[in-house]
Amino acid sequence: MQDLGIEVLFQGKNLFRLLEGLWVTVRISIISVLISIVLGIVLGMIMTMRNPFIKIITRCYLEFVRIMPQLVLLFLIYFGLTKMFQINLSGELSAVIVFVLWGTAEMGDLVRGALTSIPKHQYESGKAIGLTVVQNYLYIIIPQTIRRLLPQAINLVTRMIKTTSLIALIGVVEVVKVGQQIIEASRLTTPSAAIWIYGVIFFLYFIVCYPISILSTRLEKHWRN
Amino acid sequence: MDFNFVKEYIPHYIEAAGLTIRIAAIGISLSILLGLLCSIIRYFRIPILHRAVGIYIELSRNTPLLIQLFFLYFGLPKIGVVLSSEACAIIGLVFLGGSYMAEAFRSGLESIANSQIEAGLSLGLTKGQVISYIVLPQAISISIPAFSANVIFLIKETSVFSAVALVDLMNVAKDLIGLYYKTDESLLMLVSSYLIILLPISIVFTLIERRLRHAGFGN
Amino acid sequence: MKSSEKLVEIKNLRKKFEATTVLEDISIDIHQGEVVVLLGPSGCGKSTLLRCINGLENIQGGVIILEGEKLNEQTKRIHLVRQKIGMVFQSYDLFPHMTVLENIILGPCKAQKRAKKEVVKEAEELLLRVGLFDKKDVYPRQLSGGQKQRVAIVRALCMHPKLMLFDEVTAALDPEMVREVLDVMLKLAKDGTTMIIVTHEMQFAKAIADRIIFLDHGKIVEESEPNVFFSSPRTERAKQFLNLFEFDAI
Repeated sequence: MQDLGIEVLFQGKNLFRLLEGLWVTVRISIISVLISIVLGIVLGMIMTMRNPFIKIITRCYLEFVRIMPQLVLLFLIYFGLTKMFQINLSGELSAVIVFVLWGTAEMGDLVRGALTSIPKHQYESGKAIGLTVVQNYLYIIIPQTIRRLLPQAINLVTRMIKTTSLIALIGVVEVVKVGQQIIEASRLTTPSAAIWIYGVIFFLYFIVCYPISILSTRLEKHWRN
Repeated sequence: MDFNFVKEYIPHYIEAAGLTIRIAAIGISLSILLGLLCSIIRYFRIPILHRAVGIYIELSRNTPLLIQLFFLYFGLPKIGVVLSSEACAIIGLVFLGGSYMAEAFRSGLESIANSQIEAGLSLGLTKGQVISYIVLPQAISISIPAFSANVIFLIKETSVFSAVALVDLMNVAKDLIGLYYKTDESLLMLVSSYLIILLPISIVFTLIERRLRHAGFGN
Repeated sequence: MKSSEKLVEIKNLRKKFEATTVLEDISIDIHQGEVVVLLGPSGCGKSTLLRCINGLENIQGGVIILEGEKLNEQTKRIHLVRQKIGMVFQSYDLFPHMTVLENIILGPCKAQKRAKKEVVKEAEELLLRVGLFDKKDVYPRQLSGGQKQRVAIVRALCMHPKLMLFDEVTAALDPEMVREVLDVMLKLAKDGTTMIIVTHEMQFAKAIADRIIFLDHGKIVEESEPNVFFSSPRTERAKQFLNLFEFDAI
């Protein structure tokens, strides 16, 4: 029988190893997103301040992180920091740092956008019915902000998961790297492994990201009405 | 910082930047065409094609470009389809960019109120005339912010082409770090190159958006 | 102004939205130069009737005939029929990316393929008549609601329509702007334009109409001259409807 190549998936623990690699990917994304959300909310609130000095600083940070490709940021942290401070950062830690830098910028801008998009009369009508400042935020402003924010924040999660594929390029052993190892190991026995392994990784990413994307669009539609 | 080293290797970066820009330009132009086509198919709900485009968009938006490239570059040759690095890069970028552009244009198209179309029809314009004089001009200007975000996103994505052996900016930097251990200098030139390419584009788009918003023609 | 020549014939028109019948067995003849006002509570189907006449809705039964030509949405020539009908909407629907003048000349130039120079001249004359000549090069967003609506009327008029349809054109306007739009319509009526008007302005309806058609639940309930309709409506439903617009002291 002709070598189909698909059996490479079922040899040894290959499929299991891929899934383990996928977990590394997802774990890094989740950790980064959680930290980014916290820091992003802080950054977003700072960005609504009127102080011109703060405005310039945050703006520069935001623009730089957004303009630089994530791979460049990874190189900067992984190779640059290591050399500059003579410390040895693991690939995984570098990845989390980069994703937090990037995620905080994106979240910060989302938070700023959500905060400033709440019309002034919403603040005023809360006051008009006699709510205290805290109650006003608690019952009126924050719920509306979250509705605007959450779908985009969830969307950021999928973007991060997709971007984590890049960390294979700085040597982190996640799903892509595991795939490369399997292809390498079965080069002689299953020469066509590459198409199967990369095909499977393609769909693994899809299976993880698609439900999150759907959740994000559903929430957005649901809350828009 | 070894500035002689910087001076010596600047031409390498310029050459690589040229390649990055060229591939990005081709890829993005084709993405725009593919995106327009897909958004029109989605907007008019053309049977069968509508479904196919929907599946394509979801697949493309929910998978990383790197994997798409690896599949093209390392996977496909195993079934006899051998593509050059450049071909892989362009196909990959268009596969990714097409769906992003399609979504940008589609949200523009869908934001045109039905009453605008009816107003056009009641003037006795044909459907084609309504689309070309009333729907498209408005849809395009509405989708410009999303469109410009996509252009910058796609240029940034070209950085992963180094992984399929294209001698782009990333690749040059990686080589210099590996060969000479000139990390600071290589990274500085890398960052500067991307800033030089992307900052002007980002600024131009911001200006265009600001103008559009001021000249905004909301009712 | 009314002549004996029939411009529009509507026979046994039936319109459904899925399961609900919106218009049932509507038959109306409209003569050259006549001004017909459609009245009725909201949801009675009067706007839908206007939209059917302009072929914006497909119909499930009956016929609409304009100058002897049958009208249904399937006809390839529907856009040619529409060129003979001008329609003005509640929400103005000027094209926001075009100046006032561009809005007006789009139809005549592109749909009717008339010479631009001649169309521009006519558009300017019409704008002069509605007092908006100085606004010809501004964009719609710079206009007030009343000005937008007058431009929308001019846009329809510039097509030389045989028939004008007005769908609650003052409903979205601030009260002080209603008059300027109604005045334009009164002028048109005086000039002998054939019009079908849906409105909630009762005084205006009384002043402009040659005939009032009162619709309720998708059917024609009463059809009479304005004097008769407003002073002594024949049906209970019309009486109730008119009472909505009366205020007694408490």
